[in-house]
Amino acid sequence: MSRRAVITGVGAVAPGGIGKKAYWDLLAAGRSATRSITHFDASPYRSRMAAEADFDPVREGLTQQEIRRLDRAAQFAVVAGREAVADSGLTFAKLDPTRLGVALGSAVGCTTSLEREYIVGSDVGNKWEVDQTYAVPHLYDYFTPSSMAAELAYLVGAEGPVNVVSTGCTSGLDSVGYAAELIAEGTADVIVTGGTEAPLSPITVVCFDVIRASSTRNDDPNTACRPFDKTRDGLVLGEGSAIIILEELEHARKRGAHIYAEIAGFASRCNAYHMTGLHPDGKEMAEAINAAMTQAKLESEAIGYINAHGSGTKQNDRHETAAFKRSLGQHAYATPVSGFKSMIGHSLGAIGSLEIVGSLLAIEEGVIPPTANLHEPDPECDLDYVPLVAREAQVDAVLTVGSGFGGFQSAMVLRRVEEAGR
Amino acid sequence: MSTTTSTEKARTVVTGIGLCAPNGLGPTAYWKNTLRGQSGIGPITRFDTSKYWSKIAGEVPGFEPAEHLQGRLLPQTDHMTRLALVATDWALWGAGLRSTDVPEYDMAVVTAATAGGYEFGQREMQKLWQQGPDFVSAYQSFAWFYAVNTGQISIRHGMRGPGAVLVTEQAGGLDAVGHARRQLRKGVRMALTGGIDSSLCPWAWVAHQVSGSLSRSNDARKAYLPFDEDANGYVTGEGGAIFVLETADSAAQRYPVRVYGEIAGYAATFDSRVPGREPGLRRAAELALADAGMSTKDIDVVFADAAGTPELDKAEAEAINGLFGPHGVPVTAPKTMTGRLFAGGASLDLASALLSVWDGVIPPTVNIRHPNKDYELDLVLDDPRHQRVRAALVLARGRGGYNSAIVVCEYNR
Repeated sequence: MSRRAVITGVGAVAPGGIGKKAYWDLLAAGRSATRSITHFDASPYRSRMAAEADFDPVREGLTQQEIRRLDRAAQFAVVAGREAVADSGLTFAKLDPTRLGVALGSAVGCTTSLEREYIVGSDVGNKWEVDQTYAVPHLYDYFTPSSMAAELAYLVGAEGPVNVVSTGCTSGLDSVGYAAELIAEGTADVIVTGGTEAPLSPITVVCFDVIRASSTRNDDPNTACRPFDKTRDGLVLGEGSAIIILEELEHARKRGAHIYAEIAGFASRCNAYHMTGLHPDGKEMAEAINAAMTQAKLESEAIGYINAHGSGTKQNDRHETAAFKRSLGQHAYATPVSGFKSMIGHSLGAIGSLEIVGSLLAIEEGVIPPTANLHEPDPECDLDYVPLVAREAQVDAVLTVGSGFGGFQSAMVLRRVEEAGR
Repeated sequence: MSTTTSTEKARTVVTGIGLCAPNGLGPTAYWKNTLRGQSGIGPITRFDTSKYWSKIAGEVPGFEPAEHLQGRLLPQTDHMTRLALVATDWALWGAGLRSTDVPEYDMAVVTAATAGGYEFGQREMQKLWQQGPDFVSAYQSFAWFYAVNTGQISIRHGMRGPGAVLVTEQAGGLDAVGHARRQLRKGVRMALTGGIDSSLCPWAWVAHQVSGSLSRSNDARKAYLPFDEDANGYVTGEGGAIFVLETADSAAQRYPVRVYGEIAGYAATFDSRVPGREPGLRRAAELALADAGMSTKDIDVVFADAAGTPELDKAEAEAINGLFGPHGVPVTAPKTMTGRLFAGGASLDLASALLSVWDGVIPPTVNIRHPNKDYELDLVLDDPRHQRVRAALVLARGRGGYNSAIVVCEYNR
């Protein structure tokens, strides 16, 4: 008997708004939340913009102890997790905890807290032998990001498999794919999954500066991320979290749960090419897409919308455009494609999950969010990228993809679930 | 997403082991030294410890990266990635696979991580804050992050199958292997998997010291004493192991390849901190046994997590005795010779378990002078025990509540 993994709850902390509704309003309006960095003085840096979340942990219900102990990324995950739990309608205390797991994606973990503590202990970089005197007691939990998945596990009382999946910029897709595999193989019935990232600190900003991957359109931060536009000049960082309740189909049906969609297929491939570079032929991403489509038992024509990686770099735009054509053939030209990073920036290990949640809402609402800031299409990117304005469309299956440093290429197929008994 | 029942039962065997340990580089040296009870724990040489109260660790000795890796890789890699790349080369070599034999899309790469390339990260952080943004390495974006080893390994050998990286603190070295086996069951032919870790730099050391788990002793023979009355914390170390996994069919087609053993069962559980719940370690072991279709009678040795603190040692002894009965199975912790290796530790234990099965000998636990009688464990102390090992159970725990277990066994075609 085959087991299917379906999504029955979502929660989001996103730039432009906390909660799934605010997030969807932003996407549907095609509004961009990128702006000049306010979290710290970014004046020494090449790229000084980001899509920041206006997140007040007190207003979101975290205690002072939680705020001191948890890195911002973990705080996001807890807040989005609580929303997802409520949204699912599941009474977690009544579930068999041994059949309940967690799979959380994150690319850079608790870097923001680590950097803050480093600055204190090293006397702003003056000491190689970092001083231990002022180290916070939970420093070790920042050191290894498994502490963040543990936090979600405590939230729901999980005693099944718990994991952090950390594959760089595809983490938020891979964590959910991992969770779907666990449900399909029968290891768990419910998994709290998704991704979280709060990378907006100097060390991460400078990482993208030094390889010139980020945009320098600092005078026009609100339109800086321009995927598939010939004037694009790089990515804009973001932050946020999306948490997803993944449930075995029959488990969800038995309790009459609202089902957003099914994870019909998932695959990842390594490009084995370069740690940061992409080959323009898009071959490995196409392989991942093909594998996910095969698993979903779908023909290309079934895909009604492609949620692109759309990071806003020339190499990415050409790479994934080629991958869509290579995998879906002619149907790639007939399918709307859009990129959320034009609106919410690139939140590294969280973005894949935020894109899944946005895609689910697109299925629910019958609206495809646009690619913002796309005024002058790159002639080499010749697909339908839904520029500027959202489009009404009945969508039954979405392909969402991710691509990241280390060569990771991932693809997932989300499909509307038929009514029970059919 | 549905399971593919046709390949679900695909048996997973280990045909290559590459390892770097504080008491030996490569499986041959490591195994010889381990059976002799030779420890690799000693004073830290990689940085000046005079300002820190903890001064010992298990460092991998005699590792000269330039002897093994091209020059262009050195500026872009942390120490732990260099160890992982070299161990990978050895694992492939041992499995009789040249880079050109790697089955491209049919080979997955799954590694475990805890803190990424931390020493590299500290150096770049210092440049940023002392000298300014222009001085930060262009490689910082990937040399530090947790995914680096999977990325670098896949690039070095043209492995284009599924890629993954798992972080479950010190349980990760088993979870990675469990997930690699999952890829084989889904139809991939081979996987490169395991964990290698190192965080011997001052900035990591501060984190280790505040963790509350490090031993307060700086005497290499008295610091890490799991299951001893004097247990007082653990010693850290660097290293780990990398494996070539393949389906039994694939190995049979490549005959005569050496098959160390079979990954027969795997499971992971979590301690939720809900009051009144049993710790999950025993359940992980039970699930792994059930997954392997075995009972406790089939297990000839347990490789313990051996946390080295009284509370965790007691919990582990209870889990083992709950399954096997008091003194019901030989228990060993060769990691008393290496220290705990974080993402690499459980992988190194798995390597030891496979070598035990292959070689018919159980490696010893060292330095234990006053084994706690209340634990009622049959600890293999000081000297190796020569006996047939049909199957071994490997246990691992990660901070926060992570438990994992793997069963390996003799492979009979």
